[in-house]
Amino acid sequence: MIFGIPIQALFGQLLVGLINGSFYAMLSLGLAIIFGMLRIINFAHGAQYMLGAFAGYMLLAYAGIGYWPALILAPILVGLTGIVIERLALSRLYNLDHLYGLLFTFGLALVLEGVFRYYYGVSGQAYSPPPLLAGGTNLGFMFLPNYRAWVVVASLIICLGTWLLIEKTKLGAYLRAATENPSLVQAFGVNVPLLLTLTYGIGCGLAGLAGIMAAPVYQVSPLMGSNLIIVVFAVVVVGGMGSILGAIITGYVLGLAEGLTKVFYPEASSIVIFVIMAIVLLLRPAGLFGKDA
Amino acid sequence: MADVTMTGTQSTVGTRLEWLLIAVGIVALVAAPFFFYPIFLMKLLCFALFACAFNLLLGYTGLLSFGHAAFFGGAAYFTAHAVKVWGWTPEAGVLLGVAGAAVLGLVMGFLAIRRQGIYFAMITLALAQMFFFFCLQAPFTHGEDGIQGVPRGDLFGLVDLRMPTNMYYFVLVVFLIGVFAIWRIVNSPFGMILKSIRENENRAISLGYSVQRYKLAAFVMSAVLAGLAGSVKALVFQFATLTDVGWQMSGEVILMTLLGGIGTMVGPIVGAALVVTLQNYLATSEFPVTVVTGAIFMICVLLFRRGIVGEVYARLANWNGDRH
Repeated sequence: MIFGIPIQALFGQLLVGLINGSFYAMLSLGLAIIFGMLRIINFAHGAQYMLGAFAGYMLLAYAGIGYWPALILAPILVGLTGIVIERLALSRLYNLDHLYGLLFTFGLALVLEGVFRYYYGVSGQAYSPPPLLAGGTNLGFMFLPNYRAWVVVASLIICLGTWLLIEKTKLGAYLRAATENPSLVQAFGVNVPLLLTLTYGIGCGLAGLAGIMAAPVYQVSPLMGSNLIIVVFAVVVVGGMGSILGAIITGYVLGLAEGLTKVFYPEASSIVIFVIMAIVLLLRPAGLFGKDA
Repeated sequence: MADVTMTGTQSTVGTRLEWLLIAVGIVALVAAPFFFYPIFLMKLLCFALFACAFNLLLGYTGLLSFGHAAFFGGAAYFTAHAVKVWGWTPEAGVLLGVAGAAVLGLVMGFLAIRRQGIYFAMITLALAQMFFFFCLQAPFTHGEDGIQGVPRGDLFGLVDLRMPTNMYYFVLVVFLIGVFAIWRIVNSPFGMILKSIRENENRAISLGYSVQRYKLAAFVMSAVLAGLAGSVKALVFQFATLTDVGWQMSGEVILMTLLGGIGTMVGPIVGAALVVTLQNYLATSEFPVTVVTGAIFMICVLLFRRGIVGEVYARLANWNGDRH
């Protein structure tokens, strides 16, 4: 017992918080990458996360392709749709007010959700974890489902990998340079429009990857993305989009904060992240890691 | 907002056309209940006022709020509760709803104006979602059921609002007062300062205007008028539900304004009329409404950012310019 709370309940909720935090981190990471390059807030990020989960579900249901291949295929499929959308539509909006990008992707999210709602209804579809990760481990103080442990570890690897890609590789250097001054980078012979397309594709692919990873944890439902994306927006406001690492850390911390609130004051658990956002706005309007006011 | 397409494209021709449209519009609205289903017309007027209130902020101050459903739906809950549970008269209920929306607007606005542009949109969305969860859990809203069977009562103890015609003219008067208020605000010195903030915020600051205060004032005014629309809607439909506070509703009002024409007086009304008609039409079919509204969003952003009324103004201005 800690503070009158059974230790199992405490760790159970902390694990739920950590799982949620993993998804917040992966999604806000994708949002930050896209925003950094394209200056567009990708409202469709939640819908693309849902698309990733449905890609996994459909690969299994219609083609018999299991979790592990789907883990590669689903993000690629979502990334490809992202590339098509960037080429056809988003690339026409770069010279306009950034709000148009937000409005366009909002419309896209509505269409994607509406289409899946039409075919699959609002109730969720079950997607079971792969046999390798079925079951769980008894840690003595709590029962740890293997798949959830995998989600936490995998999301950490994905977040760190993306961070390294951007901070330590040549491609990442191009990306960061093009964020600072696109025309100068273009003058050095780097194909900036291609870089923009790839960035959106990678960002969408990350959302799709988060989606397929979420499929066995939550149910695969057309609405799984829309409520999540608003929380992720709050995470992004708290972290500030100036820093990739900031987005990752904020995601995990706020997930844990949400988990802790579920233990001590369950009624407030759905709004705690928004409350934290309000407090951060009062004390540090630029966000915890933000440079731009 | 530095973007030219979000600024108003009013010319002298446009202004004259607007007066003509207003005159025709008012006559049409007075005569309308004899030709159309009153509930449909009242719904249209409520959403038109809501969109106009939203446009005061987006079109004339350049702030994109993604959380206006909180004021619309919040006011609807307050009015419904006051009228049904406390037995208040309809006018007192509407006043309470509007006051509630003002308080919500003050709190949300105070937080949101601390950031600009895209962050402003995300903050308003997040705060409105927080209010949504509050409404989901607070006992007085009755969660998923909403507040049902709200009595319309007698306006000032004299006019029986249970009669559809009386109710319609009450809604029409509220709508006209609301739109007139917006027109007065936009064309006042205060409105000019709002426009200067929209055009170039830094320059407005350098001219010595305390931009933050003006933004907050515009935010609260917009919230109050959105609340007025929501309160009246609660009386019209005699219920208040979670639909009115959800993010989809915030998106809908953006669509109405965008489709009609951001930064024009008539645009949001036209946009609201189109969207409400479309929803009524699609309500009977199997086809999901969100697919259609989402597609309209994408088409508007890609092809005609000025909206229908904005495009008409631009064409007229062009045509006028060619003749001289």
